Amino acid sequence: MLNPELKLNSEFFSPKAKRKSSRDGFGEGLVLAGELNKNVVALCADVTESIRMNLFKDRFPERFIEMGIAEQNMAGVASGLAATGKIPVMGTYAVFSPGRNWEQIRTAICYNQQKVIIVGSHAGLNVGPDGATHQALEDLALTRVLPHLAVIVPADAFEARKAILKALDYPTSVYIRLAREKSPILTTEETSFEIGKSQVFWLPSVIASEPKAFSRERSVAGGNLITIFACGYLVFEALEAAQELEKEGIDITVINNSAIKPLDKELILAWAKKSRTIITLEEHQIAGGMGSTIAEFLSENYPIPIHFMGINDTFGESGEAEELIQKYGLGKEAIKQTVKKIIKTL
Amino acid sequence: MKTKKIDNLKKLEQVSQEIREEIIKMLLEAKSGHCAGPLGAVEQYVALYFGGILKYDAQNPDWPERDRVVVSNGHYAPLLYAVLAQAGYFKKEELRTLRKLNSRLQGHPHRLSLPGIETSSGPVGEGLAQAVGMAIGLKMDGIKSQVYCLMGDGEHDCGNTWEAVMLAGKHQLDNLTVIIDRNNIQIDGFTEKVMPLEPLKEKYEAFNWKVLEVDGHNLEELIRALNKTKSIFVKPVAIIAHTIPGKGVNFMEWEYEWHGKVPNSQEAEEALKQLRTLKGKIELE
Repeated sequence: MLNPELKLNSEFFSPKAKRKSSRDGFGEGLVLAGELNKNVVALCADVTESIRMNLFKDRFPERFIEMGIAEQNMAGVASGLAATGKIPVMGTYAVFSPGRNWEQIRTAICYNQQKVIIVGSHAGLNVGPDGATHQALEDLALTRVLPHLAVIVPADAFEARKAILKALDYPTSVYIRLAREKSPILTTEETSFEIGKSQVFWLPSVIASEPKAFSRERSVAGGNLITIFACGYLVFEALEAAQELEKEGIDITVINNSAIKPLDKELILAWAKKSRTIITLEEHQIAGGMGSTIAEFLSENYPIPIHFMGINDTFGESGEAEELIQKYGLGKEAIKQTVKKIIKTL
Repeated sequence: MKTKKIDNLKKLEQVSQEIREEIIKMLLEAKSGHCAGPLGAVEQYVALYFGGILKYDAQNPDWPERDRVVVSNGHYAPLLYAVLAQAGYFKKEELRTLRKLNSRLQGHPHRLSLPGIETSSGPVGEGLAQAVGMAIGLKMDGIKSQVYCLMGDGEHDCGNTWEAVMLAGKHQLDNLTVIIDRNNIQIDGFTEKVMPLEPLKEKYEAFNWKVLEVDGHNLEELIRALNKTKSIFVKPVAIIAHTIPGKGVNFMEWEYEWHGKVPNSQEAEEALKQLRTLKGKIELE
């Protein structure tokens, strides 16, 4: 069942549910950020409309800097702007930033501790027909290794909107990963969002009714066997899978693991202790991605089997977002199959 | 203006020689680092910090109205450190700690470890972008500070440098001055062999910059050019300072091997001997 405490959008399973991309939410959030704080400046590398920075540009033209196709320069200029007291938000496609300008982000922004909000849009397979060159599958690995940089993956448009506003007040630079494709809106205005906090979106019925009486033994005997940690565009796929599995009498938990760095260690540990197996689900290379962060943490603190669903050392290709998600085994059906396969082994 | 100004040209030359001596002593102690570039660029820093150009307050390094100095080629750290100590940002004794464990004098400058450093640098080719960002940010707030970016010539191989040159031209950043240490060497050899940069002046002009060329060892020329940049409006200015790498030590001059090498104690002794008399040209008081 949907976690009742989070005020999630209960309509989202409906085929008529409103769909919106996280880049759209970001674009709206950036305008709000500009209204809230006059020091917010935005930089973009020739994809302004595509990543929805046009909304900010139209509203605050004097605070918008068109960089041209120069992502390395964008990182350096953003650092320089931060040095004069600005809060720069720099955005383009994730393959180009942090892809092309990683060293500038490392030295000029992170080592230098100049606070910049780095927005990598068009991440993951959901980029679709543009194909492999434009589908960033490595950006989490690139960013999560950098000190003084937080990494977050909003699961829908509302979260993306909140992410940019939360990043304004966050003490370090923040990387925000966005999706191109529209997806159902999972959260509402009221759903909380914090950098460094992940949330349980789908609860198994047993735990929901008796949260305090729960133990590892109980979970094996009764309710929760598997917890899925998903992020971004795929959170919806995991929720759909959970809903259909529930109808078949299989209880699982789905966590929207938006906090890649810092990790929500408390939450991860708590749910690992309530699970027999963990599944991680991401539109990213398995190597170095969200699943890796969870594995690194749990292998030291609570060793537990982890099944990694992600991109397995290959590039993407052209196709519609939904087709690609299915072909690469990251959609609802693949999740259900994986859950059933794991249960047979328990 | 809170500037440490030395009016007497001869005194400025003396300061330059003292800084060269400090560089040799630091590098001897550190056992690694860069020699040729820092020795050749001394006059650029002396003109800027002590020739009445730069607005700064060593006792208040974060003074909001200060001019900004971005050292893009971070391997000139020994020169920057010697100049900052001379300017009063910290005690000269600390210079001996260069590159040592727990020292504030990192192998390449780190903004957060030492006062007077505007940005961490080391990987060349990215300082100008930051200087451009600062110049844009200051203009947005109407702060009348000048941004000085000190660069090497070799870092004009980097695409990022030219991206920044283009953006500065686009924004007509008249609050930005670049000094290029045109010493013609980089690690792998002479710049024109590694990757030809000429015609450098015309390249900058084509990107809508004003370019001044000076003898980089002539303090009078440097100071005159730096003063002139303040009266050039609507364009960023590049001063190409032609210099001799390893200047002041005859066995280092023009030898690109000395780019990333330090002297042993015998070589240092010889270097200091030459520097103290500058081959007999300057009489010490």
